[in-house]
Amino acid sequence: MAAIGTGMPRRIRRAAGRANWAAGIAVLVWLAFVILPIYLMVKDAIQTTDSYLDGGPLSLPRHFTGHNFVDVFHLGFTRYLINTAIVTVASALLTVLLAFPAAYAIVRSRSRMVSGVFRMFLIGLAIPAQATIIPVFLLITRMHLYDSLTAIVLPTVAFGLPLSVLVLASALRDVPRELYEAMTLDGGGSIRLLWSLALPLSRASLVTVSIYCALNAWNGFLFPLILTQSNEQRVQTLGLYNFQGEFTSNIPGLMAAVLLSALPIFVVYLFARRWLIAGLAGVGGK
Amino acid sequence: MTAAVPVARRRAARAAERGTDRAARPGAVWVLPAVLFFGLFAGLPLVLVAVLSFTSWNGLGTPTFNGLDNWRRLLKDSSVLDSLRISAILTVLSWAVQTPLALLLGVWAAGRQRNRAVLSSVFFLPLLMSTAAIAITWLTLLDPNFGLAAKFGHYIGFPDGNIIGSPRGALACIVVVVTWQFVPFHTLLYQAAARQVPRSLYDAATVDGAGRVRQFRHVTLPQLRNTIVTSSVLMLVGSLTYFETVLILTQGGPGTSTTILPQKMYISAFRDYQMGYASVIALALVALGTALSLLIVRFSGFAKMRSTLEGM
Repeated sequence: MAAIGTGMPRRIRRAAGRANWAAGIAVLVWLAFVILPIYLMVKDAIQTTDSYLDGGPLSLPRHFTGHNFVDVFHLGFTRYLINTAIVTVASALLTVLLAFPAAYAIVRSRSRMVSGVFRMFLIGLAIPAQATIIPVFLLITRMHLYDSLTAIVLPTVAFGLPLSVLVLASALRDVPRELYEAMTLDGGGSIRLLWSLALPLSRASLVTVSIYCALNAWNGFLFPLILTQSNEQRVQTLGLYNFQGEFTSNIPGLMAAVLLSALPIFVVYLFARRWLIAGLAGVGGK
Repeated sequence: MTAAVPVARRRAARAAERGTDRAARPGAVWVLPAVLFFGLFAGLPLVLVAVLSFTSWNGLGTPTFNGLDNWRRLLKDSSVLDSLRISAILTVLSWAVQTPLALLLGVWAAGRQRNRAVLSSVFFLPLLMSTAAIAITWLTLLDPNFGLAAKFGHYIGFPDGNIIGSPRGALACIVVVVTWQFVPFHTLLYQAAARQVPRSLYDAATVDGAGRVRQFRHVTLPQLRNTIVTSSVLMLVGSLTYFETVLILTQGGPGTSTTILPQKMYISAFRDYQMGYASVIALALVALGTALSLLIVRFSGFAKMRSTLEGM
C-alpha cells in the first residue's frame, strides 16, 4: 500500500489503503476454526478425566493435572518417541546424502543419461506411495527386514528423494558457472567443487530439505503401519493409533499423547520457521 | 586469489566462446546411488505391482500366477466401482471447499497486515501435526457423547450428535478434517504467488478506478492462474493420502459410505490377504496418479525448472 505515490489524488489513495473488514472477519473465523481443536487438545490433556467428563467440551478446565502425561509415559510412549527420532534422523541424513550429489551431477554434468535421471525424478514425484505398499511389503519381507526400523527408513527415503533432488537442483542452478571455473583453475576436482563450493552455497536449501524430510519421517504413518508389527519397533504415530483404540474412555490421556507427539515439531518450528515455510512453499512451485 | 578471479573470468569467457569451459564436470557415477535407491524402493515396486496383479498371493507364501483372474474379478466387483465413486465425490468436494478458502486466505496474507506474522504462525500449526494426531484430535471433537458434536449436532440436523455415524455426516466430517489439515499448505502457495504479482498492475487498476473486487477479479485471479492449477492438481493427487484420515476417523464406514479406493485396496491386501487382487486396485491408483501427474508436469512449470524458492 505504501508504494502508492503521494502524488495521487486523495480519493484514490484512501480507496487503496482502506482496511478490508470483510476479509479481516473471514480470517478471524478461519483462525477460530484452526485454533479450536488445538485449544481443546491442550485443555483436555492438562485436566483430570472426571473434570473432562463433567465439564463438557467447551468448559474452562478447573482441575489441572500432569497425571495424563505420566500415564502416557508409563504406557511406553518414550520408546515410541525414541524409535521415531531414530527413523527421523536416519531418513533425513540418508536422503540428503543421496540427493545432494545427484542434484549436483544433474546440474553440472553434460551427459544425456543424467538429464534422463532428472526426468525420472520428476515423474517419481507423482508416484503415490499408497499404490506401492504391497510390493514394498513383499520386498521388505524378502529382505528379512520386516518389523524393523530400517524397514521404515528405506521406502521413506526413496519417496523423499524426488522432491529433495528437485529443490537442491534448483538451488545449485543458481551457483554462477564462473565460480566453478575459477576453482577448477585453482586445481579443484569435482569432489572439491562439490565440497567447498556447491555445499556452502546451497546451505539454506540443504537445511530446508533436511527439515522437510525430517517432518515427513516424524509424521509418517503408512510405511510403519504395514512394515512393523511389534511394540518394540513402533513409532509415535502408530502408538497414537493404538492408544486411540484402547483409550476409549480416557480422552485426556489420549490428548496428552497427541500433544507429546507434536511437541518436538512445534519446538523445531519455533527455531526454524523460515526454512520450514520456504520448504513447504517450494513443494508447489510457481 | 583476488588477482586470480579476473584472470579466471577472462579465461572462462574465452572458453565459453569456444563452446566449452574447463571446469571439472561430474560423471554419471554421482547420480548412481540415488538412482539405485530410488529404483529399488520406488521404481521396482511400481513394476512389481503390475506383476503381482496377475498372481494369487496371501502375503506369506509364494505368489502364483493366475493369469487374468484378478482383472476379470475387478470387472464384476461393484464394490470397487462404489469406492471409486466415493473417492471421486470426496476429491471433488474437498477441492471445491479448499480452493476458494486457500485462495482468499493466501491473497489476504500476501498483503501488508500488521499482525500477519503472529497470525500466520498460528495458521501453520496444522501443517506440523501428523495425520494420525489430527484425525485422533478431531475424532474426540466428533465424539457423539462427550465431544463438540454432542453439543452442536442438533443445530445442523443431527439430534443425537452422531454426525460421524451417519453416511453423509461421515463424508462431511472427512472434508472438514482434510480442510483443516491442508488449507494452510495451499494458503502458503497462494501467498507466495500473490506476493509476486507486480505492484504496478494494482496501481494502474487503482488509477483506472477499479475497486477491490474488480482488482481481485481482473488482476489477482489471472495472475494466479498457474498457482491455481498447481494447487488443484496437488490437491487431487493428494486426495489419495486421505487414506490415513479415513482409516482413523471412520474406518471406511458407516457401512461402506466412506470406503475410498486406497481404503478398499488396503482392506483387500492386509485384512483379506488377497494381495493379487489388491494389486489390481493399486494399479488403478497408479493410473489415476500418473494421469494427474502428467497434468502437473505439463501445467505447473516443474519441467521448466524454475527456482521454486525464489523470493522466499
